Amino acid sequence: MKILVPIKRAIDYNVKVRVKPDNSDVDLTNVKMAINPFCEIAVEEAIRLKEKGVATEIVVVSIGAKAVQEQIRTGLALGADRGIHIETDAKLDSLQIAKLLQKVVDEEAPELVILGKQAIDSDNNQTGQMLAALTGMPQGTFASEVLVADGKVNVTREIDGGLQTVALDLPAVVTTDLRLNEPRYASLPNIMKAKRKPIDVKNAADMGVELASKVALLKVTPPAQREGGVTVASVDELVEKLKNEAKVIA
Amino acid sequence: MSILVYAEHDNETLKTETNKLVHAASAAGDDITLLVAGSNCATVAENGAKITGVSKVLVADNSVYEHQLPENIADLVVELASEYTHVFAAATTTGKNFMPRVAALLDVAQISDIISVESADTFTRPIYAGNAIATVQSSDVKKVVTVRAAAFDAAGNEGNASVESVGSVIEAVKSSFVSAELTESERPELTAAEVIISGGRGMQNGENFALLNGIADKLGAAIGASRAAVDAGFVPNDMQVGQTGKIVAPQLYIAVGISGAIQHLAGMKDSKVIVAINKDEEAPIFQVADYGLVGDLFEELPKLEAAL
Ligand SMILES: Cc1cc2nc3c(=O)[nH]c(=O)nc-3n(C[C@H](O)[C@H](O)[C@H](O)COP(=O)(O)OP(=O)(O)OC[C@H]3O[C@@H](n4cnc5c(N)ncnc54)[C@H](O)[C@@H]3O)c2cc1C
Ligand SMILES: Nc1ncnc2c1ncn2[C@@H]1O[C@H](COP(=O)(O)O)[C@@H](O)[C@H]1O
Repeated sequence: MKILVPIKRAIDYNVKVRVKPDNSDVDLTNVKMAINPFCEIAVEEAIRLKEKGVATEIVVVSIGAKAVQEQIRTGLALGADRGIHIETDAKLDSLQIAKLLQKVVDEEAPELVILGKQAIDSDNNQTGQMLAALTGMPQGTFASEVLVADGKVNVTREIDGGLQTVALDLPAVVTTDLRLNEPRYASLPNIMKAKRKPIDVKNAADMGVELASKVALLKVTPPAQREGGVTVASVDELVEKLKNEAKVIA
Repeated sequence: MSILVYAEHDNETLKTETNKLVHAASAAGDDITLLVAGSNCATVAENGAKITGVSKVLVADNSVYEHQLPENIADLVVELASEYTHVFAAATTTGKNFMPRVAALLDVAQISDIISVESADTFTRPIYAGNAIATVQSSDVKKVVTVRAAAFDAAGNEGNASVESVGSVIEAVKSSFVSAELTESERPELTAAEVIISGGRGMQNGENFALLNGIADKLGAAIGASRAAVDAGFVPNDMQVGQTGKIVAPQLYIAVGISGAIQHLAGMKDSKVIVAINKDEEAPIFQVADYGLVGDLFEELPKLEAAL
């Protein structure tokens, strides 16, 4: 079976982003970028399915400017077989991303699409669910376990109350949560090999998808800063302050 | 403006998130309809009718909606959506699951996780783990919005809305519920608690989380955790607070043996009062703490329990 893994280039998770002084957006100049952590988990899951003999081919796809090819190469170095780059400089919403991915699904006909549950920049948590709706596929979001058997995939999901398992007909969409797996590092020989794997580049504007967004970003501001606190010397002082100063305990 | 609000419930209890959702929706318009989709959920609908500001409750009560699977719930909401300018749901694992499907089927964008309603088409929402707040304006014909409940006050329970049932029975044909493993707890839910005490990797193992129990009992607190504590298997996933876990804003948040990574702060830094107990005085958690206690948690926690 073929697995499609959409991956996003995003800010490295260790970086604390700053807002531009003119409040037009966040400042990403010279900021370290990486593959979105949840997408890394998605690639890893696809590779494990291939190692188990469940999957036969893994295609990674990324939408964005030229630079996203770095993340596609990372996916190839980790073990994906080929890449697709849908090139655009436009800032797209999850809806447009999902529509472009729908075109890729139409063409590639994967049996499983594994996405991250959320991009850590937009914090949207939308694309996988939208793609599932547009393609008429069932979905298993926030996955902590994925089992493929007999034309179905069983997905165990991390939900607010605990865990839930659903059974989905294939083809299906899965989105990853943190506990699904621990991604491997790419080995040097695999990084070298990845340089020879093919990346097919398409222009987003030629894919028959309306790319204009209906959501305007009016401004971006820093969050309210917390006032610096005090250090207390003992538990007794802490309890006294919580009672009499902060008045949050009786 | 007419707003369809999706009630957060588990067929038995209407969750307080729903009151917060209604409060948020009332800033966008005053014609608010509450949709209760579930199975044997009549009591939930009755309670929904009492929420101040709700003018009508629609109940889709059928076994096909028992587990609120996203495939058919989204279809149901889309079917009803034609009458409304807005659809609101909580940014819980239920709302996050089906709402993007609703948006895609209606061919509109979704605005995720809003923390304020500026006007009927303009909202604010945190991005980059809460390190920036975006103000966004939607020109879509319908606004599909998920709400970060912790950012809103709860609407009261002084209403008296009419309850109507919805006839549509839509089955999820390609997906089915297999099983659930829900965490049983006598404590308040994390997202509803006034006081939360959370443990991190510093707790060292699951057994040591018992050190938090006595304190939680005395304070009526919920117990939370960092990702590291969940990943290490100390506690279940539903206890994770943070950017990619639960977002909380209690009156009092006590972080024990938690360093204060960006992703953890994203889930708790809007708490009214933050206390940190950590043996490393350089730990970033102290930068957001109102009261910091530098010390070994294994010594300080028993003292704290005794002092309360
Ligand atoms: C995509 C992504 C999403 C993430 N989402 C989340 C999320 O939602 N929530 C979340 O919490 N994290 C999240 N993380 C993880 C986050 O980056 C941190 O790794 C995590 O929060 C660290 O947990 P911790 O503070 O318990 O552990 P550590 O950073 O290891 O800190 C342990 C702390 O305990 C203290 N300590 C140790 N022993 C004692 C003692 N005896 N007494 C007192 N103090 C002691 C240490 O001084 C240290 O400060 C995410 C990461 C990624 C990449
Ligand atoms: N530009 C993109 N290119 C490829 N995949 C993407 C892109 N944006 C989002 N995705 C996928 O959708 C997931 C969820 O993103 P989001 O809905 O934006 O939070 C990501 O983890 C990716 O798997």
